[in-house]
Order: sequence, then C-alpha cells, then structure tokens
Amino acid sequence: MQKGGVIMDVMNAEQAKIAEAAGAVAVMALERVPSDIRAAGGVARMADPTIVEEVLKVVSIPVMAKARIGHYVEAKVLESLGVDYLDESEVLTPADEVFHIDKREFTVPFVCGAKDLGEALRRINEGASMIRTKGEPGTGNIVEAVRHMRYINSQIRKVTGLSKDELYHEAKTLGVPYELLLEVHELGKLPVVNFAAGGVATPADAALMMHLGADGVFVGSGIFKSDNPEKFARAIVEATTHFTDYRLIAEVSKNLGTPMKGIDIATLTPAERMSERGR
Amino acid sequence: MRIGVLALQGAVTEHIVSIEKTGAEGLPIKRVEQLEELDGLIIPGGESTAIGKLMRKYGFIEAIRDFSGQGKPIFGTCAGMIVLAKRIAGGEDSHLGLMDITVARNAFGRQRESFECDLDVKGISEPVRAVFIRAPLISEVGPEVDVLTVYNNEIVTARQDNLLVSSFHPELTDDYRLHQYFADMVKAKAAATQ
Repeated sequence: MQKGGVIMDVMNAEQAKIAEAAGAVAVMALERVPSDIRAAGGVARMADPTIVEEVLKVVSIPVMAKARIGHYVEAKVLESLGVDYLDESEVLTPADEVFHIDKREFTVPFVCGAKDLGEALRRINEGASMIRTKGEPGTGNIVEAVRHMRYINSQIRKVTGLSKDELYHEAKTLGVPYELLLEVHELGKLPVVNFAAGGVATPADAALMMHLGADGVFVGSGIFKSDNPEKFARAIVEATTHFTDYRLIAEVSKNLGTPMKGIDIATLTPAERMSERGR
Repeated sequence: MRIGVLALQGAVTEHIVSIEKTGAEGLPIKRVEQLEELDGLIIPGGESTAIGKLMRKYGFIEAIRDFSGQGKPIFGTCAGMIVLAKRIAGGEDSHLGLMDITVARNAFGRQRESFECDLDVKGISEPVRAVFIRAPLISEVGPEVDVLTVYNNEIVTARQDNLLVSSFHPELTDDYRLHQYFADMVKAKAAATQ
C-alpha cells in the first residue's frame, strides 16, 4: 500500500539494497537519474530490462519503472517484467505529444505527474492510481514542486466550495470529466494519493512537501548524487515520517556532506523544462 | 476509548477513519510516550522493512512489547501482521516477535497479482470484503492461535489473546466490521481492567 514514506531512484541492485535498508517504501529502477539525463541530453528512454530485473531480484519492497509518455509498448514491456508500479514520466523524452497511455488496459497500477488539478484528473481518468507533482526533476530545486502542490491544493479548495451547477462549468474549464470533479468536490481531496516529486534535495525539502500536504515523497537524483547516500537516504526517511519534529530534522541534517549543487529554474529554457511535457 | 494507529508509514488516515466509525477515538502515534494514553493499537499496512526499521530507531519495539504485556489489544494488517509475527519465512529477522505465527511476505505475488474478494471471518456473521495488495500469509500457527479465516487453504486472519492480524487491508473498504471486532476486543479489555 503506497501511502507515506520515501520512494527512491536507483540505478542498480547495490543502490536498491541501500535504499531498502534505509527504509525506502519503494524504489524506482532507472538507467540514469534525472540530473544525468539533463547532463547527457539526447532522447531518454525506458531502462534496459537487465537493470529492472536485477533490482526486482534483490529487494522485497515494490519496484517501479518509468515508461515514456504515450509509449504503450514500453509500458507493456515493463509490466511483463513484473514491476509493481509504472511511472508514465515526463523525465523521459515523450513518445507522444498529444496522447497519454490508456492506463486502464493494464493490471499494473500507474503513477503520473501533474502540475495542476486538470492534469491530475485527466491522468486519473486515463487510469492512473497515484499522482505526483511534476516539480522540475534533476534540478535539486524544490520551487516547482512547491508551486505544483500549492496550486493543486488551492484548486481543490476552490472546487470544494463550488455549487453543483458551477461544477459543470469548472469541469469544462479544467478539461476533466464532471464525475471526477464531483468526487473531488465531495472528498475535498484527490481520489488517489498525491506524492511530491521533482527537486527534493534535502531532508528539510522532504518535510516541507509533507507540510504542504503530500502523501509521501519521491527522491530522484538527491540521494545517490550526494556524498554519503546511505546516511542521506536514512535522513530523508526520518524527516518524512517526522515532518513536524524540527529538532529531529536538525539532528538528521547534520554533516550530510554536500547536497546536489542544483540549478536555478530561471536559467532553464522552456525546452529544458521537463514539467512542460504532457498535459 | 482511545485507539492509536502507528504512524511511521502506511495507511494511517484510512485506519483512523475506519476505527472512528466504531465510535472509538482514533489517534496517529509517532512517539513512544503516546502509547500510555491508549487502550488499543493498530499497526497499519505499508512496507514492513520501512516500518520495522523506524520502530527500532525510535524505541517502539520494547514499548509495544510492554503495551502487549499489559494485555492491551493490538491489530496488525498486512505489513502490521508481519511486524507482529514471531517468525518470517525466508530467515529474515522478526520485528516485535509477539504472535506465535510464521508469515510469508508477498506470498500472493507482486502488485499485479493484487485482488479483492469476500471472506468468512469466524465471529463475524456475513462475509467481509478483503483487499489483498502484495499481501503476506500465515504459513504456520502455534497452539495458542485461533485461526479466523482460511482462504484457498491459506490462513489470512488469526487471533492470539490480545493480538489480531489480517493479511488484507480492511481499512480500504467501507466494511468496518473487522475494526468493530477489534474495538470490541479493546472494550472488553478496558472493562476487565476497571
């Protein structure tokens, strides 16, 4: 059951074991972490199945893997390997600029990125069972994840306050089915869990996202790009569980070494922004 | 009557909502001191490796053993059942080691093998809706353990005195009868103590 906790990007079996031992609730098996994808340029695709199989073998926690947006076959290939969750991810180069995967055709659950309520509900309508903020992956900069989490939550608050007849118009404006919007109106939250992702670089970043209402946290480049991945991974796990215990966050943040250098989002061109991919 | 839900990781709010449907007060538990104010404790589903690790880190292993030693009821679902077991198949170290059962982790397969069904639970009149997600099962039980549900020849719900466990997630449905069963255990214990 994916609720609470930290999901960590790993690139091989050894890193997967470190993540599991540190208390990760799942791992994302990748060929390259987002910051390396940024540095390498070119087309980013699903991982080599060897890496995915290797990770599936060594850990008992769920294993996730990423398929390109709209790449039905990559998703089917990963499902056939036995991964526990698929991430239709903007971190990889999109395979389809208009259509996402019809996720209802799969038995394996999907997680998808969203930066506003419209995107989140469109992905849920396509069959996603978990949402995460897009943030801006591989930057080590939390600003976009904060923006997306705050925006989605403020849109939900607005929807909660609308009358039923106003919901029809809002559904049209957001480009989402009325029934799903009605569900949000009644629940006061998304009908699935919403994790934070894209730019979480420190234990305090993870705790900030929990404070803003995230159900859990994805950490990509942050952990295995840091000086001491084991210690760093444990620190992020603790800060996520005890996100209101500031003394504890201070304690686990001590001597973690240099975090990711990070990128100022303003220096990225629109084409370099992964969060602009898929709507 | 106050029932806590161990809130280190996993389906915490869902359990709080379910237990409050029985009329009890539900509280998230993050610190060992909070156990003192409780009449019963739920250990939720999640990842047993992550929950076990954090329990060790914050001193919950000893504290929950004490809690159980006072006869106070504990309900473990999915990962919570693994955490309560004396033995984990495959040689992995046990966590609380309180209940005389052996559990096999991920026994029904990976995520894609997750399923829902209706199950007969001893002590509850009509079948209970059960959601299995990468669920464990009980492969062996000691003489003190009362088996409450057998599904396809596998044990998936059991009780030993103050301890109740289920392989599945009762908190993910609108069927609150297993929570009611646990609340009744807590009520009986609280009444016997006074």
